[in-house]
Amino acid sequence: MIKSLSTEDTLENAGLTEEEQQLFCNARPKQYEPYPIKAVEDFANWARANSLWILAFGTGCGAIELRPLMTARFDANRFGVAGRPTPRQSSVFVIGGYASVKTLKRIIRSYEQMQGPKFVIALGICPVNGGMYFDSYNTINQFDMYLPVDLYITGCMPRPEVLVAGIVELQKKIKQGRCDGANRYIENFDWYKANQKKVIKNWDMPDYNW
Amino acid sequence: MLERLQREFGVTDINELKPGLTSLKVARDKTETLIRELRDREGYTHLNFMTVIDYIEDGIFTIVYMLHNYDNKDTLSIHVDIGRDGEDMVSIHHLWAQAWTYQRELREAYGIRFPGSPRLDEDFVLEGWDQIPPMRREFDTKKFSEERFGHREGRSSEEPREHMKVNLYPNRGGDEQ
Repeated sequence: MIKSLSTEDTLENAGLTEEEQQLFCNARPKQYEPYPIKAVEDFANWARANSLWILAFGTGCGAIELRPLMTARFDANRFGVAGRPTPRQSSVFVIGGYASVKTLKRIIRSYEQMQGPKFVIALGICPVNGGMYFDSYNTINQFDMYLPVDLYITGCMPRPEVLVAGIVELQKKIKQGRCDGANRYIENFDWYKANQKKVIKNWDMPDYNW
Repeated sequence: MLERLQREFGVTDINELKPGLTSLKVARDKTETLIRELRDREGYTHLNFMTVIDYIEDGIFTIVYMLHNYDNKDTLSIHVDIGRDGEDMVSIHHLWAQAWTYQRELREAYGIRFPGSPRLDEDFVLEGWDQIPPMRREFDTKKFSEERFGHREGRSSEEPREHMKVNLYPNRGGDEQ
């Protein structure tokens, strides 16, 4: 077992049993450092912006908008958007509307498993302020308290045209190097974790899902 | 058939809500035998759903079983009253296997116990729930939501009636045309 990191660099993983703690990495995540040469970083951003791979994870009613987005009528492949089945291969997480507490746990787990650079699009009004579920006992009201959001597309329900417009907007932001959600997550990691653990009462996964 | 049920099971409050849908009420202890009789003898072979109505004013839960007969396209809605505070209910998971999912859900949402029902205490939707069951009417869901999930400033809502009166029809008062 490799535990060479000093204590302030490791995570507690208190939700796991002792046996499980041996199985999971407990290192803290690190921020992404851009390439030292700006032209190289710009080129990398251009490449990232044109190969947005969306995780196949439908969290709410907005997930239904992703199907027409991929098929003939809206054909998101024009923008380099493709669906990927696993978090390891994808770079965009579309939060399709409301997120219940049970789903939020899976969202966090999938988001952390995604390789950087990664971007989050919050679709619909529910991630902003709860939408029509503002008084629900089981859906969160402010999604950006739990994960960083790079782009909001509001509405109930946003149509695929709006989603296409949002993807174009996200591409612009990436090319300008302004999509730093993943870095913000690492920077304020303890704040995000505290918020997550406040609503997810049965925390039985590692503090960071590598 | 309904007369026979009245005679043998003490069924009361028989209402024909519409053609093909009849509701009736039965005592808690007779429920399981009545449903078994309906399923095996009368052809009500399909359990549409089971659910609970919370009559907090009367201190009772009304458990509703909806049974369907495919032969004559008839639906029976069987109502059973139980006490609201910790009284348990007869499980029917041995009659229909899908009933235990309903019972598990009702245990989680209302706190009704169904002794003998499989996997009753596993979490269904609410993982790690630490409050009173949320569908009980004494549970204040808005207060809980604001405490647990926060409230984003800037959100406001208007009472539609007042809003329209002030903003759309300022010269028209109240209900008069």
